[in-house]
Amino acid sequence: MEPSRLKFHVPEPEVRPGGTPDFSNVPIPKAGIAPRPPVDTKPEDMRELAYGIIRVLDDDGNPVGPWAGSLSDEELAEGLRHMMTLRAFDARMQMAQRQGKTSFYMQHLGEEAVSTAFRKALEPGDMNFPTYRQAGLLIAGGYPMVTMMNQIYSNELDPLKGRQLPVMYASKEYGFFSISGNLATQYIQAVGWAMASAIKGDTRIAAGWIGDGSTAESDFHSAMVFASTYRAPVVLNIVNNQWAISTFQGIARGGAATFAARGLGFNIPSLRVDGNDYLAVHAVAKWAIERARKNFGPTLIEYVTYRAGAHSTSDDPSAYRPKTEAVAWPLGDPVMRLKEHLINKGLWSEERHKQAEAEVLSGVLAAQKEAESHGTLHAGGKPSVRDVFEGVYAEMPPHLRRQRQQAGV
Amino acid sequence: MPRLTMIEAIRSAMDVAMGRDDDVVVFGEDVGYFGGVFRCTAGLQQKYGKSRCFDAPINESGIVGAAIGMAAYGLKPCIEIQFADYVYPGYDQIVSEAARIRYRSNGEFTCPIVVRMPTGGGIFGGQTHSQSPEALFTHVSGLKTVVCSNPYDAKGLLIAAIEDPDPVIFLEPKRLYNGPFDGHHDRPVTPWSKHELGEVPDGHYTVPLGKAVIRRPGNDMTILAYGTMVYVAQAAAEETGIDAEVIDLRTLVPLDLETITASVKKTGRCVVVHEATQTGGFAGELVTLVQEACFFHLEAPVARVTGYDTPYPHAQEWSYFPGPARLGRAMRETMEA
Ligand SMILES: Cc1ncc(C[n+]2csc(CCOP(=O)(O)OP(=O)(O)O)c2C)c(N)n1
Ligand SMILES: [Mg+2]
Repeated sequence: MEPSRLKFHVPEPEVRPGGTPDFSNVPIPKAGIAPRPPVDTKPEDMRELAYGIIRVLDDDGNPVGPWAGSLSDEELAEGLRHMMTLRAFDARMQMAQRQGKTSFYMQHLGEEAVSTAFRKALEPGDMNFPTYRQAGLLIAGGYPMVTMMNQIYSNELDPLKGRQLPVMYASKEYGFFSISGNLATQYIQAVGWAMASAIKGDTRIAAGWIGDGSTAESDFHSAMVFASTYRAPVVLNIVNNQWAISTFQGIARGGAATFAARGLGFNIPSLRVDGNDYLAVHAVAKWAIERARKNFGPTLIEYVTYRAGAHSTSDDPSAYRPKTEAVAWPLGDPVMRLKEHLINKGLWSEERHKQAEAEVLSGVLAAQKEAESHGTLHAGGKPSVRDVFEGVYAEMPPHLRRQRQQAGV
Repeated sequence: MPRLTMIEAIRSAMDVAMGRDDDVVVFGEDVGYFGGVFRCTAGLQQKYGKSRCFDAPINESGIVGAAIGMAAYGLKPCIEIQFADYVYPGYDQIVSEAARIRYRSNGEFTCPIVVRMPTGGGIFGGQTHSQSPEALFTHVSGLKTVVCSNPYDAKGLLIAAIEDPDPVIFLEPKRLYNGPFDGHHDRPVTPWSKHELGEVPDGHYTVPLGKAVIRRPGNDMTILAYGTMVYVAQAAAEETGIDAEVIDLRTLVPLDLETITASVKKTGRCVVVHEATQTGGFAGELVTLVQEACFFHLEAPVARVTGYDTPYPHAQEWSYFPGPARLGRAMRETMEA
């Protein structure tokens, strides 16, 4: 008999450019059906939450189920404004890059709910270890847009002195750890920060952030084992936006049913949530943050969302996925969904929305004007060349001083 | 002869190697369907199938480690690290494993892999898309390290690297992908289609590892360069009027010491240039070798021009980049010394 021959397996997405978008492989459970266990529940008693999707807003924009009710009317309206601001900010900065005012930009289109809603569940003093796609933490945290733009433009008021690629912000005061271009490194660092908080008997917790593709990195697994072993007060967030540049999420997920399920082997409570549902994101974040703060340890959260825009200004997704995929995405658009909910509640209207859009845009434009008065990447005020040599060490060693002198600055 | 960009030449090298040898496989992040963020592997998956060219999870340690395992089986993996700045998670697999497998198993197992990666700055990529980490590899026994500088060489060197029985680090200066670049960032870019080294033969040929080439003959001094700095050196020679002999090293390990010493003994002066940071950089090694081999022929101290010992900045890129003005200054000082 012929011995059976081995075959090499490489996962492929359902469709490629030219095909019709198909998300029938993404089962979407009904809103409201996922249970909400008490925060001290043992991980082994809530394993099913790693496989479903926690959803609050139903298809008509009404909140249902045990996860509903974490936000007041004012907070909901504020949340919508934060998402709209982030979207308008992105659109302007995307355009500024096209106009040559900066070298590079990365937007959040379709994912605005995740970081803005999460931020509202944190307390002052908590620390995020973000990726480049969580600027909503800053927007919703009240960080000045003009400072973000100064960084994007690498201008004379750039708090990072022109050293960093655009969007690689850092702000201790706003609980936003310095972003690295090297994927996944921050995940284990978040756990370390949380361990320190526990070592010192503090009350503050940490949040780690990572993309679907980057969960493949070893640092993701380092974070899981440290978080599990030391029961660190950390919320470990996975933003599954379905794509990692041109690579669909199946390459990183492999044979596992979901990314959230990665947590089960570590006995870390693992929840999967509708990332385009502001209410659901906030409710789950609040639950996990409370759990961490009450010393019940880490939580892994997978936000199911979709990267509706290009990976970055260097990317053209039409080369690897159907153009209409974002429209076909079954969880809709986070801004539209919250808007519909507010209208249902009688708190909002189409006219009010138009007016808010104009207000938000004029706020962004004013910030942009101010930032540009301090320079853009190639014009106007610039950080100094001295800034290249400063800040490598606390104190400049002689060899660097010599090099700075040779550079004539 | 067709004129190709360096991207097309690199792609052609993998195409030729895969066509001649079924054991050559190509993989890395975004390398399969899409063909790589710089498009170096575009079309290879369609042509050779998903078992020969495929997307990898974002895990550089995994990419290198899997390649080592495949090589142990008998394949010849040519893997891509998306940017040299992202090789560090794979560094342990390269240093502790790939580099030593032949030695520690006394040849029972070998590791004929090629690790390709874009290197260097000049694209406003900031500190994580601009690094030149060649010295981290030249320092490791058991690795060969190549830095290409033009389409013709890139194809010939890459085929030689894939056919080599040992692990090869293959650095591709990304600023040279679409044309030679001499550091004058404010001038229009010359495409490879207008440069004679853009002429690339269709089929199989090799440029041997360990052989340097003189890009510009000269009598006044020797400039040792590789990658982007080859063009910076040529520009500096023209602009200073110093009749410099510009040597493109092409391979750092093994190094073509013969070509270097013959040149320095002739000119009596030497400047070494690289974009990488200074302390512990490969220039230190070159200066030492020249001093050991040519001391009694030298009329001036051997100088080095390098990137500063700081992370690669974003906005101040052109102050950081060692362009023809900075090199020219060192050349004049060397002439006057
Ligand atoms: C260590 C490392 N490897 C590779 C890259 C190149 N890279 C930048 S973003 C990216 C895709 C990340 O995808 P994902 O984690 O899903 O995040 P998303 O961009 O979708 O938010 C890759 C491969 C990098 N920055 N760092
Ligand atoms: Mg992603």
